Amino acid sequence: MDTEIFFLMKHELMITLIIFSLLFIKLSTTEWKNEKLLSVINILLAINLTVGFFLNKEGNLFGDMFRNNELLVLEKNILNLGTLLISLQSYEWLKKHEHAPEFYMLLLSSLLGMHFMISSNNLLLFYLSLELSTIPLAALVNFDLDKKRSAEAAMKMIFSSAFASCLLLLGISFLYGTTGSSHFSEITATLTEKPLQVFAFVLVMAGFAFKISAVPFHLWTADVYEGSPVAVTSFLSVLSKGSLLFVLAPLLFKTFAPLQTSAYHLLLLLAIATMLIGNLFALRQQNLKRFLAFSSIAQVGFILIGLMGQSTVGTTSVVYFVVVYLFSNLAAFGVVSIISNATGKETVTDLKGFYKTNPVLSWILAIALFSLAGIPPTAGFFGKFFLLLAGAAKGNYVFITFAALNMVLSLYYYLRIIKAMFMDTSIEPIEKLKMSYPSKIAAIVCVAGIVLTGVISGVYNYISNLVFVN
Amino acid sequence: MNLLLLILLPFVFSLVLLLVNKLQLIRAIALTGAVLQWGLTIALLYFYWQQKNSGVDSIMYFESVYSWYATLGINFHVGVDGISIAMILLTSTVVLAGVLVSFKEERMSKEFFFLLSFLSLGAYGFFISLDLFSMFFFLEVAVIPKFLLIGIWGSGKKEYSAMKLALMLMAGSALVFVGLAGLYYNTSVNGANSFDMMEIAKANIPDAVQNLFFPFAFIGFGIFTALFPFHTWVPDGHSSAPTAASMFLAGISMKLGGYGCLRVATWLMPDAAEHYSTIIIILACIAILYGAFATMMQSDLKYINAYSSVSHCGFVLLGIGMLTKTAINGAVLQMVSHGLMTALFFAVIGMVYERTHTRKVAELGGLLKVMPFISSVFVLAGLCSLGLPGLSGFVAEMTVFMGGWQKAELFYRIATIVACASIVVTAVYILRATGSSIMGPLKNEQHLQLTDAKWNERTAAFVLLIGIIAMGVAPFWLVDLINPGTEIIIQKISSN
Repeated sequence: MDTEIFFLMKHELMITLIIFSLLFIKLSTTEWKNEKLLSVINILLAINLTVGFFLNKEGNLFGDMFRNNELLVLEKNILNLGTLLISLQSYEWLKKHEHAPEFYMLLLSSLLGMHFMISSNNLLLFYLSLELSTIPLAALVNFDLDKKRSAEAAMKMIFSSAFASCLLLLGISFLYGTTGSSHFSEITATLTEKPLQVFAFVLVMAGFAFKISAVPFHLWTADVYEGSPVAVTSFLSVLSKGSLLFVLAPLLFKTFAPLQTSAYHLLLLLAIATMLIGNLFALRQQNLKRFLAFSSIAQVGFILIGLMGQSTVGTTSVVYFVVVYLFSNLAAFGVVSIISNATGKETVTDLKGFYKTNPVLSWILAIALFSLAGIPPTAGFFGKFFLLLAGAAKGNYVFITFAALNMVLSLYYYLRIIKAMFMDTSIEPIEKLKMSYPSKIAAIVCVAGIVLTGVISGVYNYISNLVFVN
Repeated sequence: MNLLLLILLPFVFSLVLLLVNKLQLIRAIALTGAVLQWGLTIALLYFYWQQKNSGVDSIMYFESVYSWYATLGINFHVGVDGISIAMILLTSTVVLAGVLVSFKEERMSKEFFFLLSFLSLGAYGFFISLDLFSMFFFLEVAVIPKFLLIGIWGSGKKEYSAMKLALMLMAGSALVFVGLAGLYYNTSVNGANSFDMMEIAKANIPDAVQNLFFPFAFIGFGIFTALFPFHTWVPDGHSSAPTAASMFLAGISMKLGGYGCLRVATWLMPDAAEHYSTIIIILACIAILYGAFATMMQSDLKYINAYSSVSHCGFVLLGIGMLTKTAINGAVLQMVSHGLMTALFFAVIGMVYERTHTRKVAELGGLLKVMPFISSVFVLAGLCSLGLPGLSGFVAEMTVFMGGWQKAELFYRIATIVACASIVVTAVYILRATGSSIMGPLKNEQHLQLTDAKWNERTAAFVLLIGIIAMGVAPFWLVDLINPGTEIIIQKISSN
C-alpha cells in the first residue's frame, strides 16, 4: 500500500487519532481527574501542532477530491495553533466542568471538518466537511449546560447554519447543473457570466456570508456569541471564520475567476454594509462578548476588502490578516474569559479601574485592542494596511477612503474600553485576578504574536511566497 | 552614522523603564535616555557638517536601506537631509526639556516616561523615514501615547480631549493612507510599485493623479498641524494634556504634520501643490487670523497658547503654500521656532499652574515679585511669540513674509499683508496676558508663599531658551542647514 496517504492526510489523521484516544479514555473504567486529563490533551495538541510543521508532502488523493500543498499545510497549522491556544485559555473553565472529554471530542471534530474543508478540491467534499465543522459547534455553543441562554444560542446557531447550508447547497446544485462537474478546476473551465451561473454564485456567496457573519447575514452572531461559553465564542469568531476565509480566497480568485466582475460588485456591497453596520452596532455595546462579536463583524468587512484585490496580494493579505486576527482576538478573549470565570462580570463598566488592580491583564487587553484597531506597532496595523492596499489595487479610491475612515470609527469603541480600564475609577473595581499557568502561556504566545508578526516581516513574506507558488 | 540608533535608543530605554520599579531609578533612566538622545542628535549634526564639508554632495545623507516587505516594494529606507536634521534636533531638545519639566511626576511615573519615550521614538522614526510606509507607520505610532498621556495624566475634560485628539489624528492618517496608496499605485520602479520617496520623486506622476491625491495627503497631514477647519483638536488637546505632553504635542507632534505636508505632499506632488496653492494660502490666512482673534478671547493660559499655536502653525502652511524658496525656508524655520517657543511657553505655564493651581489670567497677578525666574522666562517666551527681533519667532515669520512678498501677483501680496497684520493681534494678547498675570499688583496673598523654579525646571528652560536665542541672534547656521533641502524641493517644483 502506498504510504503517501499518511503524509498527505497527516493533519487529519493526527486529529482523528486524538479524538479516538479521548474516546477510549472516556470509555475506560478508571476515572481520570480533570486536571490530569486536560494536561494530557494540551500536550497532545501541542504535539499535534509541532508535528504539523514536519514531513509534509504535496499531492492529490481520492480522484483529486482531496489536495494538499504547502499553503494548505500552513493554514492547517494556523488552525491547530488557534485550537491549542483556546484549549489553554479554557483550562480554568473546563477544570470544573464535568464533560471535559466531550468538549474536546466536539471541538476536534469541528477542527477536523475545517481541515478537510481547506483541503477539499470538490464541492461535495467541501459541503460535507463544512457540515462536519458546523454541527459539533452547535453542541459546543450549548456547553454551559445549566444556562438557558446557552441553549437558546445553540438553537439559533443550528437554525441559521441550516438555512445557510440550504442556500449553499442550492447554489452547488445549480453550479453542478450548469457546468456538469463538481470539481473546482473543471467548474472554472465552463463558467461564464450566464444568469443562472451568477445566481448560483450569489447563493454560494450567501452561504459563505452566513458563516463568516457578513452583513446582512450577521443577525445570529451577537446572540450566539453572548450565549456560548467564552472558549466556544473565540473558536467561532477566530477559527470558524478563519477556515472559511482560507477556503473563500482561492475559491474566489481561482474557481470563480470567470465571474470576477460580479464577485467584485458583490464583495463591494458586502464589505460596505459589513464594516458600517458592524462598527455602528459595536459603538454602543455594553457586554464585552457582544462587543467583540460586532467588532469581529466589522473585521470581516475589512477582510472582504482584501478579497477584492489582485489574486496573489489579495490572498496573502487575507491569510496574513487571519493570523494577526487570531492572535489579537484570542488575546482579547483570553482576558475576557479570565475575568468572567473569576467574577462572572462581562460588561464594559465592570472594567472601570481595572488597571489599578490588574496592570498586566490590562496591558494584554490593551495591546489586543490596539491590534484589532490597527494601531502600530502591533501586527493589526500591518494586517489592515495590507488589506486596504490590496483592495486599492482596483483603483476604487472612494471606497478605500470610506474603509479607512471606518477604521477611525472603530477606533472609538476600542478606545472606549481602554478609557474604562486606564482612566476611569470605580468604587469597587475587579479585585486582583490570578492567571493559571496554561492561560499565562496562551497570553504570552498571543502577545508575542501581536508584537512580532508585524514588525518582523518574515510571516508575511513566507505566506506571500507560498501563495505565489501555489 | 547609523540612523537606526535614533530609533533604537528610545526603544531600549523604554524597555528598560518597564523593568524598573524604583521611582529614583525611573527618573534617572528617563533623564539619561533624554540626555543621550540629545547628545546623539548633536553628534548627527556634527557628522552631517563633516560629510558636507568634505565635499559629499547628495540629496540625503547617512542613507541605508533594509529589506522589509520586499514583495510589496516596501523597504525600511532611512536617510536625512538638512530639514530632517533640524526637525530631529528640535525633537531631542523638546524631549529633554519635557523630561526635565516632568521630572518630579509621581503618579504612575514609569508609564509616564515610557509613553514619552515611545512618543519620541515615533517622531524620530517619522523624520528619518524615506519610505512612505515606514513614515506612515511612525506617524501612527505617535498617536496612541498622546491619547494615554492626556487621558491619564491630564486635567479638565481630559477624556473628551484625548478621544477627540485620537480620533481626529487617526482620521488625518486615514486620509494620508489614501494619498500614499494613490502614489504607490501610480509609480512604477522597474515594473513594480514602490513606496520609496526617492523613487517617487524621480518618477513623473501625471497631473491628474497628483491633483487627485494631493488633497488627501495635504489635508491628512494638515490635520496634524492644525489646518483650518480641522484645528479643533488643538485647543482641547493641548489644554487638557499634562505639561510634558503639551510640550510634545505642540513642539513635536504638530511638526510631523508640517514636515509631512512639505516632504510628502509638496515634494512628491509639486504640480498639484501649485494647482492648490491658492486654497492652501487662503486656509492658512484664515488659520492665522482666526487663531489670533480666538486667542484674544481666552482667559486660560493654556488655551491662549493653544490657540496661538493654531495661528503660528498657519505661518508654516502659508510658507509651504507660497512655494518660493525663501517662503519654504521660512516655513521650516517657523516649525523649529514654534516648536521651541511653545514648548517653553507650555513649560512655564505648567510651572505656574503647579504652584498656583490656576491657569486663569484673572486670578494671577504680580508673579514677577514672587517667582522672578519663571516670570522672566514667561516674558521671554511671550516676546518670542509676538516676534521680537533677536528671538527665533522674528526670524521665522520675517522669512515667511519675505518669501511671500517675492510673488508679485496681487493675491499673494494681499495674503502676506493679511498674515502680517496678525502680528498686531498677537502682540495684543501676549502683552495683555503677560501684563495681567506677571506684572501688576499681587492678586492673591497666598501666592507670596510660592517658591521659584527648581533645578530641573531651570535646566529645561535654559535648554529651550538657548535654542530660541541661538536661532534669533544667528539664524544663518540653521538656514545653512535647511537650505540644501529646500533647494531640492524648489527644483522639483520649478522643473515641472
